[in-house]
Amino acid sequence: MKLYEHIGKKLFFRYDIPIPYGKLAENAAEAAEAAADLGEVVIKAQVLSGKRGKAGAIAFAADPGEARREADRILQMNLGDAGVSKLLVEEKLNIEQEFYLAITVDGTTRRPIVLVSLDGGMDVEEVPEERMIRWTVDPYIGFQDYMVREICRRLGVGGELRKEFASLIPKLYRLFREVDAELIEINPLAVTQKGFIAADAKVTIDDDALYRHPQLPVIREKTVLELKAEELDLAYVELDGDIAIMANGAGITMATLDMVQHYGGAPANFLDFGGGADIEKTAQALELLLGTNPRVLLINIFGGITRCDVVAEAFARVKETRGIDLPVSFRLVGTNEAEGRAILQKVGIKSFTTMDEAVRHAVEMDRPS
Amino acid sequence: MAIYINQDTRVLVQGITGRQGSFHTGQMLAYGTKVIGGVSPGKGGQVVEGIPVFDTAFEAMEKEPADASILFIPAPYAKDAALEALDAGIRILVLITEHIPLHDAVEIMACAESRGATVVGPNTFGLVSSGLCKIGIMPNRYFIPGPVGVVSRSGTLCYEIVGHLTENRIGTTTVVGLGGDRVVGLHFIDVLKQFAKDDDTKAVMLVGEIGGSAEEEAAAFVSSSMRKPVVAYLAGRSAPPGKRMGHAGAIIERGRGTFDSKVKALQKAGVAVAEMPAEIPEMIGDLLSESS
Repeated sequence: MKLYEHIGKKLFFRYDIPIPYGKLAENAAEAAEAAADLGEVVIKAQVLSGKRGKAGAIAFAADPGEARREADRILQMNLGDAGVSKLLVEEKLNIEQEFYLAITVDGTTRRPIVLVSLDGGMDVEEVPEERMIRWTVDPYIGFQDYMVREICRRLGVGGELRKEFASLIPKLYRLFREVDAELIEINPLAVTQKGFIAADAKVTIDDDALYRHPQLPVIREKTVLELKAEELDLAYVELDGDIAIMANGAGITMATLDMVQHYGGAPANFLDFGGGADIEKTAQALELLLGTNPRVLLINIFGGITRCDVVAEAFARVKETRGIDLPVSFRLVGTNEAEGRAILQKVGIKSFTTMDEAVRHAVEMDRPS
Repeated sequence: MAIYINQDTRVLVQGITGRQGSFHTGQMLAYGTKVIGGVSPGKGGQVVEGIPVFDTAFEAMEKEPADASILFIPAPYAKDAALEALDAGIRILVLITEHIPLHDAVEIMACAESRGATVVGPNTFGLVSSGLCKIGIMPNRYFIPGPVGVVSRSGTLCYEIVGHLTENRIGTTTVVGLGGDRVVGLHFIDVLKQFAKDDDTKAVMLVGEIGGSAEEEAAAFVSSSMRKPVVAYLAGRSAPPGKRMGHAGAIIERGRGTFDSKVKALQKAGVAVAEMPAEIPEMIGDLLSESS
């Protein structure tokens, strides 16, 4: 779960990580009021999409009048799918230099990794590899002072800057561990007369650990359907095509999408309904897909824990209760295959045994000649 | 021969009294696995599928020493059970559990590393040395002995591919599921190193997907030190960036972990990359007959 900047900064404040003075505004009047208090300000749209600067969703204002105009403009913007409902109005910092600091978990070493660069402010992928220090942390050692000394030696900085890093990184690491973060990124980390200030805050919390952080606000960046799928514990991603796809397992679902594309079709979604789903859950997954009004439905089942008869039964039930009048291509093999096939036959569906046949059939039906 | 586990491997089941634990204990026994005990706190003294249940992993290790343990424990309690098993001396830990918090996985891996233990998963179907020992949840009938080592990040897709091989009478030495999470105990490269040393493994099938850099690391290993033929299949060609395709690890982030970069790295290392699962038996068959 990604956190909005202002919520990330609230966490920073709680961990004594310096942030700019600022206020949250929901309309132009509140933004102007904040500017009257703060003087010269920067106004930042509170949205999750990364490229706010390039999109024009961050603006400077010298006085309350300008703040009002800029706030008005940004509040009417549409960024990605989301509108802008909140603005963070902050004091404009006198920035001498912009650094980069992040902590994440590195899958390769299976450990937390601290990333530091003196080239901040730009996209992280634009930072040359040799200018980025990567420090892997043993979780049982934690982040220690000597690590700052070594990181600073590699960066070639000392004196005040080293003191600032020594104060900042341990706090950030503690926050990273205590909120179960996947990523904490400060870019830019502003070097000012008053020391380091986190000019931005990008915090992503591990979804699998949210249950132990009930104090965090719930932030949704998903479509209505993706949210509904989440409630049903289905892995669902909306795509642009019109062949609805349902399979059991993330890898095979991806492979099904790939094969649809290979044969010239366009997938409408990714839907992995997992292993061992019961009739009820399978039926709900089906209904969710049908609700998207696809042109063709493709179901690919390789039964292991998932039982073919259960999937077939769910399909038959949905067909009887709500009706399924679009073309269906069904692949069904594995556990209780014969029973499943018999159930499908009763509702007039012939099933395939290979993925290849089923996908080709689905793509053909999507393009009637 | 096989890698990691064989006919002598003694297996403990943590969470044996649960629905999944008891069902798969039965399945593993049917496959021929030496399941020697189970752990379920508060249920010591019970018997599941003829297997004695203990209250703690330490008690189990005292009475029925095991080499490996498989966990059927809900995510919030998985870290505790995993650390218990490692602390009690388990050498191979198989984490079936999905949705284990990332920081818990980090701690489990650090502990395993300090003990010199191997962790398979989390979010894996497990591993099987065909005909000898299965520690996992995969359907028994597809795993017949033969010359191909298989390593996969995903479950059902791996069954699909092994199913194609089995239909064409190509069996497997060991099949290892790495797991779909961002942090997992084994990477392709670890398993490839084992297959490289295993005399019975004549060819390797690698089933990867978008996200992370494990396939690229595997490619580097293949090009420098692998003398056996390797075939790869990768899922996620059609996946858009920034979207998690079911697995926590299957996501293209900041331009990294793309399908194209993986295919390019593997092909450059001399790995044959299959476009469709159905092509795989023929590709492997050809490579096997070439190398023999």
